[in-house]
Amino acid sequence: MLTTTEIKAIEHEISLVPHKKAAVIEALKIVQQQRGWVSDESLGAVADYLGMSQAEVDSVATFYNLIFRKPVGRHIILLCDSISCYVMGYRNLYAALQVQLNIKFGGTTTDQLFTLLPNPCLGCCDRAPALMIDDDLYTNVEPENLKEILAKYT
Amino acid sequence: MERPLTEHIHPDRPPFNIKEYEAVGGYAAVRMALKEWSPKQLQQAVQESNLKGRGGAGFNTGLKWSFVPMDGNAAQTKYVIANADEMEPGTFKDRLLLEGSPHQLIEGMILAAFAIQANTSYIFLRFAYKKAARILRESLQEAYDAGYLGKNILGTGFNLDMHLHTGVGRYMCGEETALLNALEGKRATPRAKPPFPQVSGLYGKPTIVNNVETFCCVPHIVNKGAAWFRSLSKSEDAGTKLYGVSGKVNRPGIWELPMGVTVRELLEEHAGGMRKGLGFKGALPGGASTDFLTSEHLDVKMDFKSVAEAGSRLGTGTMIVLDDATCPVGFVHNLQHFFAQESCGWCTPCREGLPWVEKILLSLENGEGREEDLDLLKMHTDLLGPGKTFCALAPGAM
Repeated sequence: MLTTTEIKAIEHEISLVPHKKAAVIEALKIVQQQRGWVSDESLGAVADYLGMSQAEVDSVATFYNLIFRKPVGRHIILLCDSISCYVMGYRNLYAALQVQLNIKFGGTTTDQLFTLLPNPCLGCCDRAPALMIDDDLYTNVEPENLKEILAKYT
Repeated sequence: MERPLTEHIHPDRPPFNIKEYEAVGGYAAVRMALKEWSPKQLQQAVQESNLKGRGGAGFNTGLKWSFVPMDGNAAQTKYVIANADEMEPGTFKDRLLLEGSPHQLIEGMILAAFAIQANTSYIFLRFAYKKAARILRESLQEAYDAGYLGKNILGTGFNLDMHLHTGVGRYMCGEETALLNALEGKRATPRAKPPFPQVSGLYGKPTIVNNVETFCCVPHIVNKGAAWFRSLSKSEDAGTKLYGVSGKVNRPGIWELPMGVTVRELLEEHAGGMRKGLGFKGALPGGASTDFLTSEHLDVKMDFKSVAEAGSRLGTGTMIVLDDATCPVGFVHNLQHFFAQESCGWCTPCREGLPWVEKILLSLENGEGREEDLDLLKMHTDLLGPGKTFCALAPGAM
């Protein structure tokens, strides 16, 4: 079941496009924003609401990197693993994060606080290496800065 | 030296609001063109300026617009889309324009919409540009409030809506036909061309998709003329260009320079040369999909034609430097890991080939390579060659 808040937001998106179906990505984003991730049940609710099959909605949901079909932690760490950050040492950051959080890429900490994901280029290559936590971008990050950065998130 | 696109961008202060932007000549081009020019005149001015697409393809922008059918049903729905899905590794130029001068982009898009008589436009922004999203939302509202967007713009009878769409992450969304599918709420797979988007694009309607930097050039061309725009350049390709350098140089960064500066000028004068103790091994001149240039190419001009003649592509003009202490195999493996992961899976050579290539490179990196691996890699450069896949990203990947 979609909540009234979700329905209101989805209806707004539908009003901007010529066919209901065209709002599916926005609808998935809205549900994920409310619930943290898109469960089978949520996916089914979106499909029913837009008059699409679950398979059709899932094919879209699983295509995009940042629609989560598995539960994630309260905060998402996106560590850039692309070329400029490779040259500038993202692997050192990854090694430090693995030690500090005790998870690898794709993992969620046992306290459900963080999920760590690799991410293609964050578009700040002149300030590499870079990572994002939720909406916050961090650039020129050194492994020794990580502790302080992570401490901001509770 | 003129820097029309970035003259008013200062990283240490917020971008101009609409009043500040107007005070330095902002929206003058919209006021003039919408009141005094015909759409055809605007298309011609852009075509004569020799502005070429800054997303990497380098096609004449005005010529691209001229393929939109303008006769017949005037009420025909048409669309203008800004491709702000900057996601090719090593590319960080549009971020500067989006965060630093949002009204310049909006103005360029209004002019483009007028030129093809489109009434709806979208900015397709990648998810990671959160700051740009916030700035664009505010700026779009300002433009509506000031009457540059909406119904009957400046009393001219021209209507235009502009919406911000933020993506959910996929490199393919930067390919123009895949971007259209993404906007329609589908998987971002490419479409067969022809028909080209100018004839059948978003929801089957005539559509132009241009890069952010391309749109940002348009107000200046309208204000100062095609001849002025051509005169900014040091080469056959017109205008200025945003050039970036990342990697182990002394001053990585981004600069607006005359089109056609050399690789050497960019590396030595602007990026401050290699870091102490490191040598220059090579560089990808314009993002992850472009081919290596090496030390023999330092005097190559960074314009579309010259870089192509040197065997690579200008691409986005944002260079990634490979230093002599970084393993070239590891470097290329990192690139192929990205391309394999981001392949949309629509075409077999790309879907099946790139993970294979990534594995071969990993085994080479781990010292487990075999002589015949080189033949396999060569085979994939043929299998993913131009014309063998629906989109141009596949040849770019190899």
